[in-house]
Amino acid sequence: MNWLDKNILTLITFAPAVGAVLLLFFPRRHRDIRVFALVISLLTFVLSLHLPAHFNRGLPGFQFDRDLPWISSPNIHYHMGIDGISMWLIVLTTFLAPLCVLISWKSIDDRVKEFFILLLILETSLIGVFVSLDLFLFYFFWEATLIPMALLIGIYGHGRKVYAAVKFFLYTMIASVFMLASILWLYAKTGSFDFVTLQNAIHSGSIPEFSGTVPLLLFLGFFIAFAVKVPLFPFHTWLPDAHVEAPTAGSVLLAGVLLKMGTYGMLRFNLGLFPEQSRVNASWIVVLALIGIVYGALVAMVQPNMKKLIAYSSISHLGFVVLGIFSFTQAGLNGAMFIMLAHGISTGGLFMLAGILYERRHTYEISDFGGLATPMPTYSTFFLFMVLASLGLPLLNGFVGEFLVLSGAFQAKMWWGVVAATGVIWSACYLLWMYQRVIFGKVKHAENNLLPDLLLRERIALWPTAIMALAMGVAPLLWLNTIDPAVHNVLAPFTQLASRMVGQ
Amino acid sequence: MTPNLHLWLIPILPLIGAAINGFFGRRFSRQAVAAVALGFCGAAFAMALWIAAQFSSLALPHVEVLTSWLNSGNFSVDYSFALDQLSLVMLLIVTGVGFLIHVYSVGYMWEEGGYYRFFSYLNLFMFFMLTLILASNYLLMFVGWEGVGLASYLLIGFFFIRDSAAAAGKKAFIVNRIGDFGFLIALFLMIKHFGSLDFQKVFDAVKPYSPETAGVGFLTAIALLLLLGACGKSAQIPLYVWLPDAMEGPTPVSALIHAATMVTAGVYMISRSHVIFERAPSALMVVAIIGTLTAFFAATIGIAQTDIKKVLAYSTISQLGYMFMACGVAAFSAGIFHLMTHAFFKGLLFLAAGSVIHAVGGEQDMRRMGGLRKKIPWTFWTMTFATIAISGLPPFAGFFSKDEILWRAYQASWIYWLVGVITAFLTSFYMFRLLFMTFFGEYRGDAEGVYGHDEHDGHANHAGSDGHDSRAGAPAPHGHGHGHGGIHESPAIMLVPLVILAVLSLVGGWVGIPGSLGGGNHFDKFLGPVFRSSTPAVNPEHAQPGETAPPEQTTEGSEPKTGHSTEIIFTGISVGAGLLGLFLAWLLYIHSPELPDRIAGSMHGLYSAVAHKYWIDELYAWLFVKPLIAISGVVFWRGIDQGTIDAALNGSADGARDLSDEVRHMQSGNLRSYAGWIAVGAAAMIAYMVWMGLRTQ
Repeated sequence: MNWLDKNILTLITFAPAVGAVLLLFFPRRHRDIRVFALVISLLTFVLSLHLPAHFNRGLPGFQFDRDLPWISSPNIHYHMGIDGISMWLIVLTTFLAPLCVLISWKSIDDRVKEFFILLLILETSLIGVFVSLDLFLFYFFWEATLIPMALLIGIYGHGRKVYAAVKFFLYTMIASVFMLASILWLYAKTGSFDFVTLQNAIHSGSIPEFSGTVPLLLFLGFFIAFAVKVPLFPFHTWLPDAHVEAPTAGSVLLAGVLLKMGTYGMLRFNLGLFPEQSRVNASWIVVLALIGIVYGALVAMVQPNMKKLIAYSSISHLGFVVLGIFSFTQAGLNGAMFIMLAHGISTGGLFMLAGILYERRHTYEISDFGGLATPMPTYSTFFLFMVLASLGLPLLNGFVGEFLVLSGAFQAKMWWGVVAATGVIWSACYLLWMYQRVIFGKVKHAENNLLPDLLLRERIALWPTAIMALAMGVAPLLWLNTIDPAVHNVLAPFTQLASRMVGQ
Repeated sequence: MTPNLHLWLIPILPLIGAAINGFFGRRFSRQAVAAVALGFCGAAFAMALWIAAQFSSLALPHVEVLTSWLNSGNFSVDYSFALDQLSLVMLLIVTGVGFLIHVYSVGYMWEEGGYYRFFSYLNLFMFFMLTLILASNYLLMFVGWEGVGLASYLLIGFFFIRDSAAAAGKKAFIVNRIGDFGFLIALFLMIKHFGSLDFQKVFDAVKPYSPETAGVGFLTAIALLLLLGACGKSAQIPLYVWLPDAMEGPTPVSALIHAATMVTAGVYMISRSHVIFERAPSALMVVAIIGTLTAFFAATIGIAQTDIKKVLAYSTISQLGYMFMACGVAAFSAGIFHLMTHAFFKGLLFLAAGSVIHAVGGEQDMRRMGGLRKKIPWTFWTMTFATIAISGLPPFAGFFSKDEILWRAYQASWIYWLVGVITAFLTSFYMFRLLFMTFFGEYRGDAEGVYGHDEHDGHANHAGSDGHDSRAGAPAPHGHGHGHGGIHESPAIMLVPLVILAVLSLVGGWVGIPGSLGGGNHFDKFLGPVFRSSTPAVNPEHAQPGETAPPEQTTEGSEPKTGHSTEIIFTGISVGAGLLGLFLAWLLYIHSPELPDRIAGSMHGLYSAVAHKYWIDELYAWLFVKPLIAISGVVFWRGIDQGTIDAALNGSADGARDLSDEVRHMQSGNLRSYAGWIAVGAAAMIAYMVWMGLRTQ
């Protein structure tokens, strides 16, 4: 392994943080700060492309592995590595970050430097979550995402921003404590925070006192932290508030990446460390996921606020992801993984579009709009494209994941697939209804007549999401080729179970 | 080695046209937009003709795999296209009629805003429709299936300034999605049982099964779920409600999408899946019943409509019912035959109706028409051809296809036949009613003098922005050299497609003249190999799994059980029904035009029910839409989300606040100090860890 391969994960993870530190010192003018942040985030994106370019899909296990002893007591390692699952989540993060910079270009004009510093620190901590293979390191990054995100909401948000920030912070932090407890228990018994070591120890049954209710409690400790983050019904009420008050870039990263920390955690840790417990608990988890799919969509339908609507639609979409994960089928997990990426792109796009309207009118209320196709035709076209991507039109990104998840769920238990498949109806209802009320008809408020159409900078931010949405729908194999083997590895302990379930 | 036909090019060509007009059309002149749209659509048509020319030399079915689309474990789906007799017929109909309607639209839409947008959508529709019929697996078919729904959504809502148009587009998409839900579940069942969605693999896996005569097996389930999808797309009971509203779209769209091609996709899909349906007799019966009911039910509504396009919409639903009836009695080639002739005459009816609407300045209410025969003779004569054709009178196209369906339906059950004949009578009545109200008698509108009055908010009055120059506000010369100052015949570019379709409405049925009338039923024989190759053994004992049915055991194209004389009697009856409808329409709308009102008055309740379309829309709104919104808003959102979960959380937070000053500080909004403490703490922790890390190395 050459130097770059050995250190690439470190470079990608800390490039934004280094940028943030540099930002602290030199540029003074707002414009330079923005350009600098953009350059850093683009550089990180380019660096991250090294991963899919040099990833070997034929190898099992983690790649670009870097395992350095860090602190001897407690035994903490600087252990990073990726597989086909975490790799794409990293690329998703680095892909969205430059767009976040662009979309915040003009909307943030107070405390600009601090904003971009927070944004870059957030990027580092998000990437850190996905690269960490040491549970302590993972937990560190996990909690580290909270601070910049809460500050982004609390300082740069609008309306009841402090309430939303505190709610977000407390809610997810309290849940994380349970995960910390589980991690510490495992460390106490094994003396290791290393994911691979722990996985082997659990599978070989060599951990003392790992019996009775202990595995269940450990499983639940992780699960609660992840379920709140996803968020799974009924732990979801922090999300609409956080989104509505968050600045656009915060919403994009929150929906695009932060929520996926939860589903990624389930995939990596719940399934990876506790396959038996995952199997035992799958039935009620899936029920919660199904409730989330239907309930999230129905509540989305009646929202008077665009951002809240998109937030509730995220609950519905993430329900699909959880369903796919706990179907323990190849199709279900592939689909879950694909939705994580697709949802990041299309919901990121939708939040950017909502933010563009907010910049012009300082409102997200659907009733304040109407007839926007007339003053803003290009905007309307982008909006429609993202709506279609989000409602799972074939040949766009949403469809592939949804189809695979539904097919996997259906194979696991028929009624799971049937209930979840109603989602295709609900998503059309809430998205097209919103679109109609915002875009079609006559202009209902005189001030909307003069709204400028998309600016060049906004187009530059939106085009990549549109292109990705199309590419992922038309050529999903570019992603599935590396996801599929990784999922296969995750499912290895379940193979026996999965084949039994398919046979049902 | 079979030649590579590059089938994928056929859908891609119009997609390129859609992309060019979509991205750059705004800067093009109208001529350039039209040239691009017609060029790419015409190229697809030319390619279809080229393929037809060498069709006899192909080994069928001809499958071409372009590349892999998606892959998950052992399951994979390709971008693969297939050609057989069935898809060739569909291909020629879609590209041929589609091209004619493109040509017509060049004239019809000339003065509308968003010209490039219209043609971009129209080409996009062609792309998806051609994908649908050329796909060689169910998932790619589903791509086309949902895609035509999208094109339909865009085109119904083309005049998006009008709230009713936007609402109609949304309704069409959502109702179709309900059908797609069924389609999707059917796909999952196929994956579960056959591990593939490839037509060939699925059908090969299905063939060994004998018909599920006892109970409901998975084949019946698949068939019924596919039927749900077909009911959505082809506007059958209970999902037909979107199609009448879809008339909000420009009239060429109604002709292309909501009459000639897209709405027949359900018939195509069922015919394509005939291997499955034939092994699910009870599902097949449901198809027949739904088709028969829809044919009759929609025809009764058609009688009382006064909007010229609404009459045609219900007529389309009714005719699609005939096609479903045909599929339901396993007379698939008869269904496709009617699909083809219907594409000719119903496409023509809509285009001619568009020409009428165009002539009278956007009016769609037939009560405000009349006497147009002399003023727009080309429109009148072509529409007359189409009306005779749909009424099932010989020797026009509709006669042969409808007669074939009724004859085959009779062999399954006399009830289907009887309802079918009554429907034929109703069809003839409401169609001649339309013809007489529009073209005969005295002109009752006011487009003669002042142009552009439009009570219906129909075609004009969507003026405004996005370049929507209103036709009403543009009395200037019309681009084709004649003024807008009164009722006028349409320009040649609109009339030529009318004439071609009129000819096809006459001769289009001659390819399927049955043996009883001295023909060879070539159409049925041509499609025979598709439907015959897999017909299950009639006797279940003979069809053990693994054994394919012997080729001579066929239902399709076989000699009828009864002799020719019986068949001719039945033909006579159905022609009689058509003539009776014609006579009644003549009596009521030409001979004694005061009668209809009196009759309507004397049957007040019934008439009101029919005129209000049996209040089905209201019923659905009351049963489904309103409760759903109420439950979502009041129970879920306000009740559970805010009232229960959040209230509980805030309650516990309040409790905590009383206990702890710290929490109170955080809640009270002193966020900066709070954030500062976190930052300090985090920084300290990082510093400590880095220091520890450095020390240990």
